[in-house]
Amino acid sequence: MIRSKNIQQKIAFHIFRLLSFGILGILVWILGFIIYNGIQVISWEFITSYPKEGMTEGGIFPAIIGTIYLVIGSMIFAVPLGIMSAIYISEYASNQKWVRFIRIMTNNLASIPSIVFGLFGMALFVHTFGFGDSILAGSLTLGILIIPIVIRTTEEALKAVPESYRLGSFALGATKLQTIKNVVFPIAFPNIMTGLILSVGRVSGETAPILFTVAAYFLPKLPQSIFDQAMALPYHLYVIATSGTDIEASKPIAYGTAFVLISIVLTINLLAGWIRRYFEKQNSI
Amino acid sequence: MMIEAKNINFYYGNFHALKGINIAIPANTVTALIGPSGCGKSTFLRLFNRMNDTIQNTKLTGECLVNGQNIYDKTVQVDDLRKNVGMVFQKPNPFPKSIFENVAYGLKVNGISDKKYIAERVEQSLIAAALWNEVKDKLHQSAFALSGGQQQRLCIARALAISPSILLMDEPASALDPISTSKIEELIHELKEKYTIVIVTHNMQQAARVSNKTGFFMYGELIEYSDTKKMFLNPENIQTQNYITGRFG
Amino acid sequence: MRFPMKIVERLLEGVFKMSSSITSIVILLIIIFLFKEGFGLFRSPVVENGYGLYINSKNPIADINPTQIKQIFDGEIDNWKTIGGNEESIYLFRFDEIFSIYTDEELGENYQFLPQKLNNIIAENSNIIAFFPKKYMQEISSNTKEIATKNIEITDFVLGKEWLPTTTPSPLFGIVPLVLGTLLVSFLAILIALPLGLGVAIYLSEIASNRVRGIIRPAIELLAGIPSVVYGFFGLVIIVPIVQKVGNISAGETAFTGSLILAIMALPTIISISEDAIRNTPLALRESSYALGATQWQTIYKIVIPYASSGISAAIILGIGRAIGETMAVLMVTGNGAVIPHSIFESVRTIPATIAAELGEAPIGGTHYQALFLLGCVLFLFTLILSIVSELISKKQTSKTA
Repeated sequence: MIRSKNIQQKIAFHIFRLLSFGILGILVWILGFIIYNGIQVISWEFITSYPKEGMTEGGIFPAIIGTIYLVIGSMIFAVPLGIMSAIYISEYASNQKWVRFIRIMTNNLASIPSIVFGLFGMALFVHTFGFGDSILAGSLTLGILIIPIVIRTTEEALKAVPESYRLGSFALGATKLQTIKNVVFPIAFPNIMTGLILSVGRVSGETAPILFTVAAYFLPKLPQSIFDQAMALPYHLYVIATSGTDIEASKPIAYGTAFVLISIVLTINLLAGWIRRYFEKQNSI
Repeated sequence: MMIEAKNINFYYGNFHALKGINIAIPANTVTALIGPSGCGKSTFLRLFNRMNDTIQNTKLTGECLVNGQNIYDKTVQVDDLRKNVGMVFQKPNPFPKSIFENVAYGLKVNGISDKKYIAERVEQSLIAAALWNEVKDKLHQSAFALSGGQQQRLCIARALAISPSILLMDEPASALDPISTSKIEELIHELKEKYTIVIVTHNMQQAARVSNKTGFFMYGELIEYSDTKKMFLNPENIQTQNYITGRFG
Repeated sequence: MRFPMKIVERLLEGVFKMSSSITSIVILLIIIFLFKEGFGLFRSPVVENGYGLYINSKNPIADINPTQIKQIFDGEIDNWKTIGGNEESIYLFRFDEIFSIYTDEELGENYQFLPQKLNNIIAENSNIIAFFPKKYMQEISSNTKEIATKNIEITDFVLGKEWLPTTTPSPLFGIVPLVLGTLLVSFLAILIALPLGLGVAIYLSEIASNRVRGIIRPAIELLAGIPSVVYGFFGLVIIVPIVQKVGNISAGETAFTGSLILAIMALPTIISISEDAIRNTPLALRESSYALGATQWQTIYKIVIPYASSGISAAIILGIGRAIGETMAVLMVTGNGAVIPHSIFESVRTIPATIAAELGEAPIGGTHYQALFLLGCVLFLFTLILSIVSELISKKQTSKTA
């Protein structure tokens, strides 16, 4: 009887080990599938040329550019706002109720599905503000989507700075702002950076919020201003995989698009992890 | 001898925590282990139900014998050993379950499923831990509803339920108020009839009150081990004397 | 020097404070815009805007609801008695039929005689139900009455069993099939992901060596970083054919396929939160379980898991919230049939997928557009409630640990 419980343990642990490596397997499967099929399509020309023949041939240049525009646009909007909010919450706010209120709001904003941001962006930016389907509307929508991430990571980074540094700075006669600028922020910077990079990853992969705020099915030229529509990698993949002019014929393009998209997102994730580890090592010395 | 240690050395990584300990503890006695914090007395206690196994990067040399058997022998099953060597921890730590389930837990994990037998053992254990009268009407309430002292006696009952012959107690009363402490001490006194008890305590008076024998640890060494009366009235070692008079007087 | 410095300090503090309010303002704006657009639906008439339904004034029917209208125009109801009228078969009259009865001359150059003719037709047929533009029925004769003039009601939306947003004369905006589809896919996904995720969380926090942990944790982070459209693409090209083959069904785009993909996507959330909860179990509890002769596995499932249960439930609820709101992956692999699902191997359509698929085609400001915003409200409320519940549960966990 006593032995049976040891056997039980052995079986259970083996199952868990299997499951864990199963997850690893799933990741390898997904990445392998995209990398294996994508690498056969990818070429300099694929990255730098326009789609041709109803998007069954040619490249994905405008989609890459569109995604870059959207990343830049949303970061311009979300980064200052997010960082300033976080500074206020962690360094200034003395009213705990207010802080709690903002935190609840931020958490809720983070839990709202991305398609709802799409609806909201369409109603507010596209129609009410009259931006139309445009890079501006899309960037603002995506910006709102990542504000909670920026706030949370910045806040955590600021909190990780030991209180003694602040006190030391105050003791030398520095004002609050000087302390934040010269002491707190530089120390927190690597962690803030990690958070920002991760939100770049998020922005470049989001599809639902841009469906109705910016994304164009096909554009013959690059966007000229922030009021123009743009193509974007995730939307391009969606369109090509589900509703292109000839889904079978454009499958290689889909693989290539997925490959580029996943390369960007994974590079960003790895970069963030690398920066975090790099600074952790530096700080620990 | 119930418990014997032969030339025990124990390391946490590079830290030499126990240095060449030899001790022989007779059955049905209460042995108190005293000494300054960090002296290795808790580590030593935890060797005898192999609790240190769960800590990574440790090393043990020497022999730990329980009933003449080396408990670190490959043929020994840890869970069998732990059934025979009960342990009570410093802070009362009942499981987030009912009073009844807490006491029954040890029986159940050791494969006993006879409900009638379990109920009997729970009652006997609670009686033995002098808790029965206080909880008999609320056996199925959460254990957290009990006071700290009651929780600790529950933990003792929990340890008794699996019928061990040895009870290890790691500062069992340090987190309790004086009244609860005296109840636990009374209990230890009664339990001595049936069990061999080893108790780690930082409280000299407690050691003097409850134990027959006392071992004094310092910097990982067992400085002195003898009858409690002798230890407190007439210690052989000067270090013991300094420690005891410093703390006791 | 000192003085302006102080002003700058104050000014910046004000700017910081203002930006911290932004999130709150955005949430308020989201609520305002969703609900403003969405609730417009209940101020819209049941019948398509600009059109009317007319019957003979002798017909006792006073009003009919959208479902009945749809059934009449589909021919499923062909007798007035079915909806409480006289025992009389229904004579369905659509606007274009007028041109087969009257010539262009008879209707006049600018169709100036058309209203007259329409009124005549209705007057002559006591069993008629006619559907045509309101502009031709400015002056209703005493033989004619307009029906179905009510606005769309909340019950039509909440209890409606059909989602047919583009049918005429009256589109149906019943969310029951969409809600059921969403819940089916999400719960099934969690049902698949939970045992998997829990097993992995236990392995990582209790069993795995540091080296193995150092491989699997980053892998899980990567899994969380993959965009949902890529999951959708993977599902479409790999999982759909597998489900089709294994399940031996005509189309692999099913609720089950969606759940599989969602389960993979939910795993990182479930694993990381469960792992935290397991890790937070006090050492004292584990040790006293070991001291009673319990094995590590017995300790895990009898002590650690129950202790971590509220943290794990928070993970489940958060996972469900994510799954409910997930759009692209589900849109690409579930087939999007907007009918009440009867089995997991049927096509379903979730709320977010509906919004994504239809918003592009819905005329701005129309009932369809409003209905999609209302779906957005429903989705918003669902996830809001789930996130609040999960927060309450994890708070309970923290207070227990303290």
